[in-house]
Amino acid sequence: MHRPLPDDPMIRSLIAQAKRARLSRRTMLAGTGAGATALALAACSAGPEELRPAEDQSDTDKTLNWANWPFYIDEDDEGNYPTLERFQEETGIEVNYLIDVDDNNSYFAKVRDQLALGQDIGADTVCLTDWMVGRFINLGYTQELDKANIPNAENLVEGLRNPSFDPGRARSLPWQSGFAGIAYNTEKTGEVRSVSDLWRPDLAGRVGVLSEMRDTIGVIMIENGVDISSDFSAEDFTAALDIFREKVESGQIRNVRGNAYTEDLVNEDTLAAICWSGDITLLNYEAGYEKWKFVIPEAGGTLWSDNFLIPIGSPRKKNAETLINFYYQPDVAAEVAAWVNYITPVEGAYEAAIEIDPELAENQLIFPNAETLSKVKIFRGLSAQEENEFQSAFQSVLLGS
Amino acid sequence: MAFGAFATATSAAEPAARRKSPVALLLLLPGLLYLALFFLVPLLSLVITSLQQPDPLVFGRFENAFRIENYATVLAQYWPQAVRSFGFAALATLFALLIGFPLAYFIGITLRRWPLLQALALVLVIAPFFISFLLRTIAWKQLFSDEGPVVGFLQALAILPGDAAITGSAFAVVFGLTYNFIPFMTLPIYTSLERLDLRYVEAGGDLYASPASTFLRVTLPLAAPGIMSGTLLTFIPAAGDYVNASREFLGSTETAMIGNVIEANFLVLQNFPAAAALSLVLMAAILVLVSVYVKRSGTEDLL
Repeated sequence: MHRPLPDDPMIRSLIAQAKRARLSRRTMLAGTGAGATALALAACSAGPEELRPAEDQSDTDKTLNWANWPFYIDEDDEGNYPTLERFQEETGIEVNYLIDVDDNNSYFAKVRDQLALGQDIGADTVCLTDWMVGRFINLGYTQELDKANIPNAENLVEGLRNPSFDPGRARSLPWQSGFAGIAYNTEKTGEVRSVSDLWRPDLAGRVGVLSEMRDTIGVIMIENGVDISSDFSAEDFTAALDIFREKVESGQIRNVRGNAYTEDLVNEDTLAAICWSGDITLLNYEAGYEKWKFVIPEAGGTLWSDNFLIPIGSPRKKNAETLINFYYQPDVAAEVAAWVNYITPVEGAYEAAIEIDPELAENQLIFPNAETLSKVKIFRGLSAQEENEFQSAFQSVLLGS
Repeated sequence: MAFGAFATATSAAEPAARRKSPVALLLLLPGLLYLALFFLVPLLSLVITSLQQPDPLVFGRFENAFRIENYATVLAQYWPQAVRSFGFAALATLFALLIGFPLAYFIGITLRRWPLLQALALVLVIAPFFISFLLRTIAWKQLFSDEGPVVGFLQALAILPGDAAITGSAFAVVFGLTYNFIPFMTLPIYTSLERLDLRYVEAGGDLYASPASTFLRVTLPLAAPGIMSGTLLTFIPAAGDYVNASREFLGSTETAMIGNVIEANFLVLQNFPAAAALSLVLMAAILVLVSVYVKRSGTEDLL
């Protein structure tokens, strides 16, 4: 559609001038391209600077954001959180309770960029699982707890005081703990007492396991006689992984799932599973009777905890510490435990629970005694390289590659 | 349309003065800025990430580099999942077409005389969107469970052996994909059939064409734009879908598609370069497949 220019020299020069002033499409595109590259590079380059904790404004700012998992705090019929309301009345701190965590990995993916810059992630305290807390601490993404503000931390049970990822609990304190063990459908299959029982021919294709590496492989390693809390070797891990891979490939294991494994138990795709204790309590409660039985395998099960930590960018550290202190009172801990069905890490909560509900206090999945606790182990912290290698191997089984 | 843009760009080497006034550029600016900010920047960021190398000291941290071998590594490791993705997506597209076309024909042509019924049928096609597709997919998982109605029925008829299972199989994943994308196939075909002038079909009959050849020579070519956009709207998202094939929904360890691999690399393994490289490979593969498809079917003008 090219039109010849008019003959008049004056008009010609005018047009030529106008043309020069105009941005061509190509320069325009090149310009946006260059700008975009600069922006993209800027977005990618987060320098490995030393992170400094945010300045604490708790004395003037009486609010607190607490990110936690679903169904992880006591709740009444109106959807209020009784213990949390009491905390707000007692301390005047207004708590914004966020149900933001439904998976350690996806939560980390969501906040890691802000953490790397030392920014506020919108949560002043968040409860994450042991190994993820370990990752936060290694990367320098947490603030040190001031125990002077948490005198009740004295009530922490002995067994959880010195985890390998945070010796002396300088940067984290447990919120709730739980077991990974085995559950089976009491109506459809015979007793399952150990991991080897899961490989019985009558359970072929009807076994579920967790997509949480430390629980599934951990339980298999314990069956192999490995102490998962000690300094086990890569061979020990590989031996357990080989068993796992073989059982997945042969079809003995039906599926490997996260929280959704309970659906499989309910619709009876799976009749036995490696699973978490609290879920089975809840499933049985919904069924109205003990349809599924949770057992800690004869060789032993794993013990995991979700822990409070204070992210590096939080300007309300003291408020968070006040909250943690509140939940470390035995009677408050007992009230929460009675609702969430997980193990409370607070010493003295058992005695407090006897007064609320004696039957509940005898439930070994909520208030385990020393004998039960002797059968479970905490998976040790992994070095970055181990984490990388073990996870790659585990994921390659999950992706069938 | 993208292909059309390239054609004019090359032929108009000399600037066409009349078309490019400053006002037009000004009007283009918001659109260009939007594209630059929300498409070009993320795309470039993806390219840069895909070439990064791991920080030797900190797990999950990467530094800028030019590691082109990232692509070779992920392709060597994950080609079966990539092939599976395109296979599943192609099957789902085919089944969605086989189900969607008659449906669209019925609504667009057979029901033409009853506008009320036509409107009702259309609502029925769209109605599933009122419920989250995650919920619908989970519902299928329940229906297909070992002790559920479908398996029980098929076993009673001895079609399935006693120990067979549906959930977690390739069949379940392709079924889920097909089911979820049927509306995306049906609606575009419906819009082109709905405008079809029935006198053409009558003319075919008048000229002694059998119903089959009238359909092949008249109806089908006129529905081509709809089929075209329907297959694209189904195939492209289905190839990248990671919900149906996920172990948490209809899939198992044997059905992982490329989307599941990207998810695992991004969220669990923290291997961002691998996830970025796979995303770009997926994008490039879809672009190539789609442009070959568009060229081959000779319907560039219809897009």
